[in-house]
Formats: sequence, structure tokens, C-alpha cells
Amino acid sequence: MSFWNDPLKVAADWLEGVFMGWGMDSVFAHVLVAFLGVFLLIALLMVLDIFLVWIERKVVARFQDRLGPNRVGPYGLIQPFADIIKLIIKEDTTPGNADKVVYNLAPILSMMSVLILWAIVPLAPVMLGTDLNVGVLFLIAAGAIGTLSIIMAGWSSNNKFALIGGFRQVAVMVSFEVPMLTMLLIPVIFSGSMNMNAIIQDQDIWYFLISPLGALIFLIAAIAELGRAPFDLAEGESELVSGFNIEYSGMKFGMFYAGELLHAFTFGGFWSILFFGGYRFFGLEQVSPFLAILILIIKAMLGYWVIMWVKYTMMRIRIDQMLSFNWKFLTPLSFVLLLVTALMNALLASAPTWLYIVGMILANVVTGWAALEIARSATRQERERVEGPKQAAEVSH
Amino acid sequence: MTGAQIIFIVVALYTLGSALMVVTTRNLIHAALWLVSTLFGVAVTYALMNANFIAVVQVVVYIGAIAILFIFAVMLTRKDMRDSGPQMNKNWWLGALVAVLVFAGLAFMLSGWSGFSKVAADLPSGFDSVSLLGEALVSPQAYVLPFEVASVLLLAALVGAVYVAFNRK
Amino acid sequence: MVPLSWYLTLAAALFSIGLFGVLVRRNAVAILLGVELMLNAVNINLVAFWRYSDALTSMGGQVFAIIVFAVAAAEVSVGLALVISAYRRRNTVIADELDMLKW
Repeated sequence: MSFWNDPLKVAADWLEGVFMGWGMDSVFAHVLVAFLGVFLLIALLMVLDIFLVWIERKVVARFQDRLGPNRVGPYGLIQPFADIIKLIIKEDTTPGNADKVVYNLAPILSMMSVLILWAIVPLAPVMLGTDLNVGVLFLIAAGAIGTLSIIMAGWSSNNKFALIGGFRQVAVMVSFEVPMLTMLLIPVIFSGSMNMNAIIQDQDIWYFLISPLGALIFLIAAIAELGRAPFDLAEGESELVSGFNIEYSGMKFGMFYAGELLHAFTFGGFWSILFFGGYRFFGLEQVSPFLAILILIIKAMLGYWVIMWVKYTMMRIRIDQMLSFNWKFLTPLSFVLLLVTALMNALLASAPTWLYIVGMILANVVTGWAALEIARSATRQERERVEGPKQAAEVSH
Repeated sequence: MTGAQIIFIVVALYTLGSALMVVTTRNLIHAALWLVSTLFGVAVTYALMNANFIAVVQVVVYIGAIAILFIFAVMLTRKDMRDSGPQMNKNWWLGALVAVLVFAGLAFMLSGWSGFSKVAADLPSGFDSVSLLGEALVSPQAYVLPFEVASVLLLAALVGAVYVAFNRK
Repeated sequence: MVPLSWYLTLAAALFSIGLFGVLVRRNAVAILLGVELMLNAVNINLVAFWRYSDALTSMGGQVFAIIVFAVAAAEVSVGLALVISAYRRRNTVIADELDMLKW
């Protein structure tokens, strides 16, 4: 097996050989190599994260018809490093009466909940952290740790804005977990496995093509989970100053910020893994694992770009609007969509491929159209109930 | 002592230490956070027993939902957190005695059981407990009825919780 | 390999700690925390019995663990709803002070 076909295993075997040559126990050498691999992955992710800051700032500048960072280095590429130096040399404050341990633990947990996700991301057919057979659930479990970190930050800051921001964010995350988990079940139904790699291997047709509505709902739930606009009411600047992280300064704030950017990129990656074939692109992934990684990163960047696109072109909605949007519209819709998808998948199991795709798309379109119609008539009735007398008064004028 | 045993002892001590903090900490938020830490320890215990699905569901259900619910409940009853006063009732020594007696009784009963020091067989290669579990949950020959009853129970709890906690003005 | 006895002892200890919490804590929320510990101890036992049984393919232990999860979720949601409701009416969550039925 050559280096170009399976670089991770070759490198790990070589390192293990070196360590055992130094007289190390084989089990110990194995564990050490695994740790080194984790460190390498995290280091690469952090470097990527630095450039995500630059990408995010450049893209938002373009959306807002500005230039973005352009002073430090070519195209402002050195700007994020300057930002990091600024964050590191800032005074590291802890508010009075804050719960010190919890306060300092929260940013670490927040970053951890993102980094832990990369354990199950299949970078290439042979390159992945762990081939977990419950990968899809792992995604939700990591989200639970993120929720915990936010409520810890909000509570321990001893600040009412932080507490309200934390409450809002947790309410949003807990409730949007429901449609998200339901939509994660759609790739599971198609592939018959909760393993990320198996889900990718099964996508001869992108799942986006046979479940566009599922991909859309997953994206909406993911944006809510990230706490980005239009669901960023946890940090609503005009009412809550900056939400749960208001008391954090220096690198602790930096960890929340970097964690959020990396989280968005990671969800872009998961969106592409679950619905856009991950590292697969017309057989190119078979050529070399490095090409597969490149394909995955490009797809993840495109997903990240969609998330940014939504963030910088949508306005923020109110908390009650958002919760009723979730519980009265998105959750029932995702349940119905799951039922319809499972039913159609069973009915069309032996149909030819073109019929299968057409049937699936039709099922999605009909479900989405029916949901929109029901929502429209319900909203119209609501509006008539609220605005009815006013309109009558206007007419009589 | 093998590696697996060392890992088990570390995890078990961590779990029990966190559990002790849950029942003795004054600050209730801290108690809830220690509960999270205990639940993590239990999740690792499941993972040590090759029950991946149970381990991940433990994190999703307990830490993602139940622990968050506890923290919310503590904060909603904020005026009454009373960190300063006694956290235990005056019969605490009786409670401790009962707990120790229960542990001693359990240990005594179990040590007389023939399967007590049994060692697990290795999992057969290619053993997929997740799909077996899925089939067991929906198979009419196995556990479909308890599964459905559990879902009805959850629905009843949902309705009941909303009804009980609803603030009628 | 870890023998079954270790897991059972861990579960028994966790159960006793939870029992201690239920018996002695004054705050109703803290009592529910103790109940959670006891349920987790039971779950460790159930999964351990599945892992150490001879019939690994019969998933009874894991299925019961999942049903315990559902029961725990139901218990916590209703229990905390009761605590919050009691707090609204009586302005206390100390279990000893909720004594209207006592005389």
C-alpha cells in the first residue's frame, strides 16, 4: 500500500515503527500515534480557522458593498494574525462575583464541542478519525455540549444580559434540535446506516436531489443551532449588547468567536456530507485521498458560503416568532416529511432509478407546497383576526 | 492489571466522585453541572461495554435535554436557591446510614451470586449491535409493545408537564 | 478484561449515592437529581447484563436501558413542572415546607 493511496495509515505505521524502535510498548506507541494524529488535525483546523476569519470578513464586506480588510498584507491576509495578537495581549478580565471555574470552562467547552465533531468527518474514503457506527447521533451529542457551554457562560458571568442571551440561545438550540435530528434521519433512511462514511458511499445520487426539502430544513436548523442570523437573537446587539459572551474578553472571547466560525464551516461540511456526497465527485475521489480532501473542503466552503449568504442578507427575527416558526411549522413539517420519505422509499424500492428520483422530488414538492399552503391560510386567518376591525374602519372612511 | 481495568477504575472513580459532589454541593447549579459530569462518566462506562448507541443516546438525552432542563428549573426557582442555609434535613445521618446499608446489602447479596465475577466474551467480529437493537425495538416478536408504550408515556408526560406548569392568569 | 462484579459494584455505589441524595436533600430539584443518579445506576446494570450475557444477540438489556431513558425524560419533565408549579403557588421548593397535607 503506497503513501498516495492511504497516507494516514502509512504515516501511522511508519511512526509506530519509529517509536517501537526506541523501545516503546506497542500499545503505548499506538495510543501516542493516535494522540499525535488528533493534535495534527486540531492544529490544521485552527490554522484553517484563522483564515475563516479572513474569508468571513471579506465575504461580509462584499455583501455590504465594502472592501473588507485590505491593509495588512496582500488582500489583508495578515489581518487575522493581527487580530489574534490583539486578542492575546488584551487584559483578561473576570467579572466580580462571577463563578470563576464555570466562567473559564465555558469557552473551552464551546471550542471542544466543535472540534469533537471532526472526529467523525470522513475526509477521504480512508482518512477519518473514527468510523463510528452512530455518527449521526454523535453530531447531536456534540451539539448538546455546545448548548451546555452557552448556558454555563450565560449563568456564570453574573450579568443579566448574558443570562437572558444564554437562555434565548439555549431555548433556540434545544427546540431546533428536533427538526435537525428528524432531518438527519433522512440520509439514514436512504443509506440504511448511521455511519458517515457509509452515508457518503451510498450517495450515487446526491441525497439533495431526492430530498431537497430535507436538505433545506437541515440547513435552517443548522443555522439556528449555530446562532447565526436570522436566528442570532441571542446576541441581538440592540437589546442584549452581545448576549451570553458579553463579559468575555481577550482570548476567551476569541475562543467563542473562532468556535462559532469553525462551527459554521463544520456544518457546511456536514451539509455537504449528508446531502451532497461529501468527498465524492464523479469518481475523482478514487484518484487520490488528497483530491478527496480537496473536494470535501470545496464543498464545505460552498456550504459555509450559503450560511454566510443567509446571515448577511436576512434580518433578525423575534424570539417568539422564531419559536413558533419552529414548533408550529418546521417540526410538524419535518415529521411529515420523514414519514413521506420513508413511505416513498419503501414504495419505490424496486422502481427504476429515474422513476425513483422523480417520485422522490414530487413527494418533496407536494409536501413543501402543502405545508406552505396550510401556513399561508393559517397566517391569513390570524391576520384577519388581528387586523380585521382596523381594515373595516379604513374602508368606512 | 490490564489497560482496560485501569481505564475502568479511573472512569468509575471520576463518576462516583462527581456523583458525591451532586448530593453534597450547596450551590444547586453546581450540583446540576456535577450531574452532567457524572452522566459523562456513565456514558464512558457504556462505551467501555461496547454499547455505542446507548453511550451517545446518554449524552443526547441526559446532557442535551435533562441536564439543561434541570438548570432551567434551578434558575426559574432562583429566589429559593438558599445557598447559605443547610442543604440537608436534620435526619441526614439516618439517610447516610440507609445508603451505606443498601450498598452493603447489595454487595453482600451480589457476592454470593455465581455469575458475579463473570468475564465477558469478546464481541464476534462484524457484530453490529445498533442494527440488532433497531430490529429488536420494532420487531413484533421482541419489544415493539414496550417501545410503543414508552412513546405514549412520553406523550402523556409532554401534555402533563405543559398542563402542570402552565401559568393560568 | 473487567469482570462483571466491577460494573455491578459501581452501579450499587452510584445507586446508594443517589439514594442518599433523595433521602437527605431539602431542595426538591436536588431530590430529582438524586433520582437521576439512581436511574443511571440501574442503566449501568442493564447494559452490563447485556454485555456479559451469553446471548449477545438478544438485545433485552439495551432495549430496557432505552426505555429507562424515556421514563427518565418523562419523570424529569413532569417532576420539574410540579416543582415549578409548587414554587409559583407556595413560593418554596424546600420539600419539608410543602406540608399542606400534614397536620
